[in-house]
Amino acid sequence: MEQPFEHIPQEKFAFVQKDEHLHDQKLETKSRGYFSDAMIRFKKNESSVVAAYILLFLAIFAIVSPIVSPYSVREMDKRYVNAPPYVEALAQRGWGMFSGAVTHDSQNENSMDYWRGIAQETGHDPLLGILSKQVKTVKSRGKTVENATYRIRTNKYFEIGLVYMVFSFEDFEKIQAWQDEHGLQVIYPYVDPKDIQGIANNPNIWYQVKDNKGTAVKDADGNFIPAYSTASASEGAPYHSLRVKGDDGSYIYSARKSGAVQCRVEYYNYYQYVNGHAPQYYFGTNEKGQDLFCAIGMGARFSLIFAILVSVIRFVMGTVYGAIEGYYGGATDMIMERISDILSGIPFIVATTLFQLHLAQKVGTVPSFLFAYIATGWIGMAALVRKQFYRFKGQEYVLASRTLGAGDWRLMFRHIFPNSLGTIITSCAMMIPGVIGSETQLTYLGIVNLSDLMGTSIGELMSLGQRSMTTSPHAMFWPALFFSLLMISFNLFGNGLRDAFNPTTRGED
Amino acid sequence: MLKYTLQRILLMLMTLLIITCMCFVLVRMLPPVQLPAEDPHTKVILARREAMGYNKPYLVQFGIFLRDIITRWDWGVSDKLYFGQDVAAIFMDKLPATMIVNIYSIILSIPIGIGLGIWAALKKNTWIDHTISTLTMVVISVPSFVYAFLIQYFLSYKLSVFPFLMNSGRNYLDWSMFVSMLPPVLSLSFGVIAGFTRTTRAELTEVLTSEFMLLARTKGLTKAQATVRHALKNCMVVVLPMIFGEFIGIMSGSLIIESIFAVPGVGSLYLNSINGRDYNMFMLLTVFYTAVGLAAGIVVDISYGLIDPRIRMGSKK
Repeated sequence: MEQPFEHIPQEKFAFVQKDEHLHDQKLETKSRGYFSDAMIRFKKNESSVVAAYILLFLAIFAIVSPIVSPYSVREMDKRYVNAPPYVEALAQRGWGMFSGAVTHDSQNENSMDYWRGIAQETGHDPLLGILSKQVKTVKSRGKTVENATYRIRTNKYFEIGLVYMVFSFEDFEKIQAWQDEHGLQVIYPYVDPKDIQGIANNPNIWYQVKDNKGTAVKDADGNFIPAYSTASASEGAPYHSLRVKGDDGSYIYSARKSGAVQCRVEYYNYYQYVNGHAPQYYFGTNEKGQDLFCAIGMGARFSLIFAILVSVIRFVMGTVYGAIEGYYGGATDMIMERISDILSGIPFIVATTLFQLHLAQKVGTVPSFLFAYIATGWIGMAALVRKQFYRFKGQEYVLASRTLGAGDWRLMFRHIFPNSLGTIITSCAMMIPGVIGSETQLTYLGIVNLSDLMGTSIGELMSLGQRSMTTSPHAMFWPALFFSLLMISFNLFGNGLRDAFNPTTRGED
Repeated sequence: MLKYTLQRILLMLMTLLIITCMCFVLVRMLPPVQLPAEDPHTKVILARREAMGYNKPYLVQFGIFLRDIITRWDWGVSDKLYFGQDVAAIFMDKLPATMIVNIYSIILSIPIGIGLGIWAALKKNTWIDHTISTLTMVVISVPSFVYAFLIQYFLSYKLSVFPFLMNSGRNYLDWSMFVSMLPPVLSLSFGVIAGFTRTTRAELTEVLTSEFMLLARTKGLTKAQATVRHALKNCMVVVLPMIFGEFIGIMSGSLIIESIFAVPGVGSLYLNSINGRDYNMFMLLTVFYTAVGLAAGIVVDISYGLIDPRIRMGSKK
């Protein structure tokens, strides 16, 4: 019997799919990778998203504030030490926090006259408000006298008022030229101590006084009577610039000093002459006279860069170490584990101290600080990677890849490592606030001093603020606020990342 | 279990020895403190250094160091801070202040922390839980010296409830001393409270959703009974070791809090020994901190095994 399917001639065959491409059916839904999946879950977590924005804001602040601020960290004006925050535009709108206010207790009438004197002479009124008034009746020489004491708020920037300064003849001319150009009075008429009862150390008294305590003599209307000197014989140098109101040209504006002139100078305007802008410290200044607005930015720049650098290095070291431990296992693992056990037993503070003592002289403070962080810090990361490698190395896809001839290195970093990447990235993100926190603690304690590199650090700012806490709480408040915000939002952000990279929480909400 | 414990302790002693040796060599490599030339003490100290083997190889020096400690409990004398005094005696003098401050802090914070944690877990996903969890998150992120500032500024300065600094003297059980200790105690407590709240809440919520809780309710226990007898017990498996670890940790104290509130304790001694380059003191404190850290680690590990029979590690080996 002849089979019907035998000996079919070749011409009868035809290709079914000639010139057609063969492929699987395309997936109808969009495929979603591990990272985009994590991203979607991260976005659902509102607090983490807010934290991410706050972080972004703080980072921008750190970048921008030293550029925006008219000061540098190393600029320290000793007359504006512990000055409270002052922003003119905000102060005028009644934002008490930025009014540059300091509180003075138990001010008697004499001192109130003193503040009034500054206001009247310079036009910058230091008195912001009277908080309370206490009247005590005291018996003095048989008469009852009412003694009023006030508790007042004054503007720290204006209360300096006038200061004595000594200039060379050229500087004196230069200031006069500047006065003419800008129309601001820097040099005020000279007051001879002889005319004000011998008070030689208080340039703010320009009115006639009764005694050397500065009790003002007033005319019938209760106004001050100027005590400006007209003794042209003792004038230091000719004056041909702006004159104060009520000057008929007889007041002298300087007194002779050997080879120089001594003047009464309004410091607020003099500051503008020297620096080209009015003194305005947005966040105030600290005990050293540094502008906090700029200093916080500089400190934060260091903290952030340092923390990121540390976690990148720890990430690399920990990954390589942990990968070798976890992949090879056995004796290699045991020996390497013992080494990391010993290293992790060294308290961090001891390691930092030893590195500072040994290396700071040779390689500088910051590198030795960095070494201290990476000397023992990578162990946590290594342990994590090791655990992940133990989890994945026995799986079938690794075996398959090995069968295809992949080498150890390729298996480790091409196949196993990407699977544990999510966990590792999360722990990297959680590491950054830890590094910033401990760095701040160490600089706070003064074990590490970063002044040479950055001029300051957040920790140093806080320890300065702590010292002058009672007189100027703002010097602690701003760095502490910045630091706390940074830590809180980093932790929230890290938590969000951890939840996002953990697929087991998928669909729980 | 006993075998495992002994193993761990031996391993810990080995680690401690190696770390001590490393630190010792590193410290001895630093140039020794310059002594004043005419001072009559200089001769004595030089002789002492000679006896401690300052000119011999480092390992020999380490041998002498160990021998002195083991045979005579002699940790050397202070070069600078407490000129010529025995460092071990000074250290023992400072330890009580640190320990008392930390014990108060733990006594205050553990009940509050666990209580808040339980409350939050029982009221899961209500506003109570959300408030507690958020506050915990915030409190845990902010470091203790910020609390120290807030407490010092508002309570000590504005309201003058507490003194600024801790009283000096050794009268630790005195009332005014107790009041003066409260600011550092409070500053330390915030973080510990938050830590316990977070752990307790996390553990308890997990236990409460597990199946044996459902069984306990089905067999007729009330919610309170089930929670106390089953959920809390299981939750303590994690919380108790944490408490033990905390108790070991009380000895090390906090450098920052001690220096802010002038607590005459170990932390400030350590800072002074670094700033004053007092190497013998530094060495003693290094060994102390290392030992405390290692001890806390194994106490936590072993207590896990003791509390929960399911995790008796090493016993099967």
